[in-house]
Amino acid sequence: MTGHSEKAALFVVDDERVHWHDQSLWFVRLKRDKQAASIPEWEMLRDTAAAIKTHTLSRLADYLEEFERNAVANGIQVYWARDGAEHNAIVHKILLDRGVTRLVKSKSMLTEECHLNPYLEARGIEVTDTDLGERIVQLRHEPPSHIVLPAIHLKKEDIGELFHEKLGTKQGASDAKYLTEAARGHLREKFMATQAGLTGVNFAIAETGGIVVCTNEGNADMGTSLPPIHIACMGVEKILPRAEDLGIFQRLLARSATGQPVTTYSSHFHGPIPGGELHVVIVDNGRSAILAQETFRRSLSCIRCGACMNTCPVFRRSGGYSYGYTVPGPIGSLLGPQRDMRKYGSLPFASSLCGSCTDVCPVKIDLHHELYAFRQVLVRKKVVPLYKRFGMAIISFVLARPWLYRLAGKLMRWIVPRLPRTVVYGPWNAWGIHRELPPMPRESFRELLKREPPPSVPGSVRNLELAGVKKEPL
Amino acid sequence: MNSRDTILASLRRASPPSSPRPEYPAAIAYANPEAQFAETFTFVGGTFVRVTSLIALDAELRKLELYAKARKIVSLVPGAGESTVDLSAMKQPHELEGVDLAILPGEFGVAENGAVWVPGSSLGPRRAIFVIAEHLVLVVPASQIVHTMQHAYDRIRFERPGFGLFISGPSKTADIEQSLVIGAHGARSCTLFLVG
Amino acid sequence: MPKIGLFIPCYIDQFYPQVGLATLRVLRQLGIDIDFPEEQTCCGQPMANSGCADETQPLAEKFLRVFGKYDHVVAPSGSCVSMVRNHYAQWLDGKPGFDHLRSNTFELCEYLVDVAGVTKVDGDFPFKVGLHMSCHGLRELRLGRSSEKMVPAFNKVGQLLAQLKGIELVELNRPDECCGFGGTFAVNEEAVSCLMGRDRIADHLMGGAEVITGFDVSCLMHLEGIIRREKTQLRVMHVAEILETAGLS
Repeated sequence: MTGHSEKAALFVVDDERVHWHDQSLWFVRLKRDKQAASIPEWEMLRDTAAAIKTHTLSRLADYLEEFERNAVANGIQVYWARDGAEHNAIVHKILLDRGVTRLVKSKSMLTEECHLNPYLEARGIEVTDTDLGERIVQLRHEPPSHIVLPAIHLKKEDIGELFHEKLGTKQGASDAKYLTEAARGHLREKFMATQAGLTGVNFAIAETGGIVVCTNEGNADMGTSLPPIHIACMGVEKILPRAEDLGIFQRLLARSATGQPVTTYSSHFHGPIPGGELHVVIVDNGRSAILAQETFRRSLSCIRCGACMNTCPVFRRSGGYSYGYTVPGPIGSLLGPQRDMRKYGSLPFASSLCGSCTDVCPVKIDLHHELYAFRQVLVRKKVVPLYKRFGMAIISFVLARPWLYRLAGKLMRWIVPRLPRTVVYGPWNAWGIHRELPPMPRESFRELLKREPPPSVPGSVRNLELAGVKKEPL
Repeated sequence: MNSRDTILASLRRASPPSSPRPEYPAAIAYANPEAQFAETFTFVGGTFVRVTSLIALDAELRKLELYAKARKIVSLVPGAGESTVDLSAMKQPHELEGVDLAILPGEFGVAENGAVWVPGSSLGPRRAIFVIAEHLVLVVPASQIVHTMQHAYDRIRFERPGFGLFISGPSKTADIEQSLVIGAHGARSCTLFLVG
Repeated sequence: MPKIGLFIPCYIDQFYPQVGLATLRVLRQLGIDIDFPEEQTCCGQPMANSGCADETQPLAEKFLRVFGKYDHVVAPSGSCVSMVRNHYAQWLDGKPGFDHLRSNTFELCEYLVDVAGVTKVDGDFPFKVGLHMSCHGLRELRLGRSSEKMVPAFNKVGQLLAQLKGIELVELNRPDECCGFGGTFAVNEEAVSCLMGRDRIADHLMGGAEVITGFDVSCLMHLEGIIRREKTQLRVMHVAEILETAGLS
């Protein structure tokens, strides 16, 4: 099994493309900055959102019960699923009982997590993802590479080719407007013919028993206002206590996600469409286990805005697929290994711990510190190869003994410059593949100090030799 | 134990120490909410038109090219344009396909993001009109502009059961190379008349 | 008068002794009593960063033993200071002297601005300088406002450098993107790490920088490694090396 670094190394090979990917996402980050800056109370909104989530997580079961009570009073049918398998079975049964063979879906990361599409398709149900980005990756038989921008890894030429093959667009046509128009026509047919629509849930409100779904394209609204059956799937953590909490989260969500002031459509469902049905499936699938972990439970505050992905310098340069988990990027690097430590064990290391994710997160999840802490879990559980730990143990042993540290340092600084370059920069030197090793000065700082360094000469920096790139050791 | 009880029990077992609900921060109040709304609504791809009365609205509306070109029109704002199709006669929402223009009332607008609150319950099974019409005109009273979403949710009273939504401009996507395309699945244009 | 314990992180001691000396000179100018305890080695960050908590513990304990006795501890490294301030609690919480150590360990520029109250920098440095705001100093010590945060702009390092005559701090397209060092990340994720480094260097070059400076030698070591490999015309200096000849008051 390959980890993140191997897959990232492959992504990095195409220099032009990786920079294109990086710049596309950085552009979204800049839009986010502009929108955030337009709100003077932005940082207070983040504090408030974080506190609402912390409060909600401390009474999650109560709020879910309150939601259920109110939702049922609104005519919504509520289901509970312990895991992905139960979730899929519930959705399938709803469809089967009503003879549904055609389903349209708007974006739902939860159903990706549960692998609902292949489950339903294997049972003879045609599933159409209707978010443009999701439809693109579905036609390519790929998962989304980003939770908000599912096809961010693809160029318009790739999509033009795909649409030519699948939707019959003109060969070589890659204009975004033209391709979007083609998708609109193609999906309009699906909407007209569908018997049921499935959506995710951005927020569920305990107090009113309603759910909120946000999209830009309007695909959730098409999919829930044409067919009589609406199924909405939500993780237990999607709940908010009160309707007024939406005021805080709606101000943060789209600004953080795409740098828009709000999504085009924010639909509030407090019951089925007249004459129809609304089913809400509430899913645990490992969330209660995350809640039990004091250090990592805050990852349940995530509102899936994707801002941590857009800002992450590693994500931008390694692509969503390098993470190998439904939710990539910093938040996925926490959620993935909590689901399967061995499978996703490389993810907490796929971060330079720069902390940009933590500062950008609208609900203030301490992402980079949690990634740091999760590395300890992986070592404790022996997911990290023992030889790596052994190496650290040796270094620690040396560093704990000043005399040994001094000796080792001196030896290294004496030997390395004397070795042939081919030896120093052999295949064991990962540092040296694209970088020179640091200079190996004759004397260390502490050795120099003993010689009482000469006082500095004021103004000496004026004579700095800037032309030379080599830094002379003292 | 059934799944419901199992989940609730494990959530209760895992429950973190209780943490209070926070106070909400004071939200920004714009000096001129109407101007802010107009600016934001334009920013999100909408067309903003200011009229002083319903009569003026009707006149301006009829001047619009999209009105002149529209064959199938649904107007739910009395005095604003003329319906050419009878919504109440439709049995299936699918019959709405092909409506060129929908003229709908919005309850209030939000200055910070150009969103318009549109309660949808009165439309019953035909609420698809919001999204299926090729072009959308929203009509909002000028006195009904709030500053932010915090103010917005303070005043919304959800109909239960019911449906309502915020609409902020025309349908859009940027899923192909981040280039913004207006008219993804829903309305290809969204014109807002602020009246009064 | 407070007594300062000078903390020169292991890799600075071994590879960049001139940065240690520059730090010493800067601090001496302030007329502060400085001590360099010989038993110091490493703060333990490489082990902690790798998730090796047990291997970090002896180094954290040792750090407290060595530096616990000083009024202030100062280091020319943002990330090592962050290690003490933000991560040591795991091993040292409740140990005598730890609270004092944690709240009195400072990065050099932070010490100059916040503790020594330096407001005037008298000197010159007639070069175009790109300031690399290393992540841990920026986002964990808050030496400046990170670009994500919607708070008034400030930069404790930049405000010192900006006073030098002739200096031009160049504008970067991405003012505080990570350089890709990231401790063990630099070798675990070698490909991405080096790409991040190259991109950072390109941004500084685009801004016209002749010198890249910063307050974390680790990031500078990574950038310099790439610069030397690619023979780029760019000098790398720690901020202490720029400030060492200036008059501080």
